[in-house]
Amino acid sequence: MSQAAGLLVETPLQRFRAEFRESKIAVAALLVLAIIVLLALLAPWITPQNPYDLAQVDVLDGKLKPGSEAFAGYTMWLGSDGAGRDLYSAILYGLRVSLTVGLAAGFLALVIGTAIGLIAAYSGGRTESLIMRAVDIQLSFPAVLIALMLVAILGRGIDKIIIALVAAQWAYYARTVRATALVESAKEYVEAARCLGLSHARVVFRHVLPNCLAPLIVIGTVQTASAIALESTLSFLGVGLRQTEPSLGVLISNGFEYMMSGRYWISFFPGIALLVTIVSINLVGDQLRDVLNPRLKR
Amino acid sequence: MSLIVFFGVNVIGDPVDMLINPEADQAEIERTIRALGLDKPIHEQYLYFLKGIGSGDFGKSFIFGEPALKLILHHMPATIELALVSLIMAIILGIPLGLYAGLFPERRSSRLIMAGSILGFSLPTFWVGLMMIMLFAVHLGWLPSTGRGDTAVFLGIESSLWTRDGLSHLFMPALNLALTNISLVIRLTRAGVREAMHQDYIKFARAKGLHPRRVIGVHLMKNILIPIITVLGLEFGSLMAFSVVTESIFAWPGMGKLLIDSLLQLDRPVVVAYLMIIVLFFVVINLVVDILYSVLDPRVRLKDQGS
Repeated sequence: MSQAAGLLVETPLQRFRAEFRESKIAVAALLVLAIIVLLALLAPWITPQNPYDLAQVDVLDGKLKPGSEAFAGYTMWLGSDGAGRDLYSAILYGLRVSLTVGLAAGFLALVIGTAIGLIAAYSGGRTESLIMRAVDIQLSFPAVLIALMLVAILGRGIDKIIIALVAAQWAYYARTVRATALVESAKEYVEAARCLGLSHARVVFRHVLPNCLAPLIVIGTVQTASAIALESTLSFLGVGLRQTEPSLGVLISNGFEYMMSGRYWISFFPGIALLVTIVSINLVGDQLRDVLNPRLKR
Repeated sequence: MSLIVFFGVNVIGDPVDMLINPEADQAEIERTIRALGLDKPIHEQYLYFLKGIGSGDFGKSFIFGEPALKLILHHMPATIELALVSLIMAIILGIPLGLYAGLFPERRSSRLIMAGSILGFSLPTFWVGLMMIMLFAVHLGWLPSTGRGDTAVFLGIESSLWTRDGLSHLFMPALNLALTNISLVIRLTRAGVREAMHQDYIKFARAKGLHPRRVIGVHLMKNILIPIITVLGLEFGSLMAFSVVTESIFAWPGMGKLLIDSLLQLDRPVVVAYLMIIVLFFVVINLVVDILYSVLDPRVRLKDQGS
């Protein structure tokens, strides 16, 4: 039987790719996401102006309709905001900030949450129940409340927002890792590794952790999307990032005051950018969940 | 908890800079600092604060000069009204839609409902709120965009539910706040229906020849409502917290807007009092839902007695 299976052998990565491709929507979302990241990375080279270089911004260009021509000669396809910044440029620069915050917060929360979850699962006893009690308490409050509380304490700024987001999200990772690690630790290969006399660190990091990765990746994508949404919400409320660190949320917030006078584009277009980013990350995450979930394996 | 919040909040910024007229002389600044109790060391301020909480006193708002607790309680009815209305919206919109999607999972309209519910989850609330203002208030001009409308007193409760103007002001913010919960209820109901339809008691009720309406309305609903009610109960707390966002967009004069304004103006006592009250709220809600759960679902009670 093992020989028959050998003929059809494919690496896990190949199988993963093939299964991921089964959903056209997810592939499209991944493509969109790649384009967004690329646009954000290339922002300085593909935008007509650096919206935060005062020498390049002309107040006389303020509040122009989409498609108007700027004083400097280029066309503002998405219009301009109250300070005369080209919105297309501002959105690409804003994407950089939003993605940086989202990825940094997502990654840090993943590392910290995973470490805490592994400690809980591996040490057991009182340490475990203490950690899990903290996780339960935290998860019973909505993330936005915890983030608000921390922002109230820490103040504004990019580093503080990242801390607040990490503090609001680590518990999701910790709970998942602990649950998975408990299941994995009870399996024979872990026992075998222990019997070989390997160190605790080696057993945890080389044997248990790699087998907990699948659910972590899924939660990581979804939580990164929610970190981006949460950051923009806080920035919109005026308690997140400062005007000097213009994320998409800050741009939307700036446009809010012009909304009533019918100048919709100032918050509309940054909002669309935010929306497309969040929805495409979530779609990719959804498909990852389906592909990586061992219960659905055929 | 109170320790973290109090110390944390009191480290940020210097409210004196914000509060005092820039042209005030040194003597006046000194006098204000003393009047607010800011000249004392921070641990003394904390002890004073704890003593105050014991008697229900969270300190006076720096900005309004009123007790913080009174200020928050004054803003609370508007928030509770908003949260309750959006909870009701979630139920009357979410359950029928979820029921439909669960009973006819293959229809295109069901797929549309489910796609909509995914959007409801992933779209940021504040952005949807903005779009609603843009569409209904600015573009179409059907509904007022901000503020709370007229209120009237009926059955001893002052609420904007009793006036036309109040209702028209309430509709958009409540729907905006309800969006996530509508999606949640749709998904819960659909999952519940799909699971229950294969159960023996449904098959039996059908085999008895009961009218489908009775099977769905009585046998099915009774069973799927339990998890929905539990989750919605817990969500009520989240609604109160999320109203921070909705209230800011629609300028709804509730607790959430008060919190944001206070944060921006470094009005510490109000921020501390809000956070303490909302935490208390959460603890109470969780407790009540836990108790309700065992009242509603006999299985939970039996399990407890068995162990």
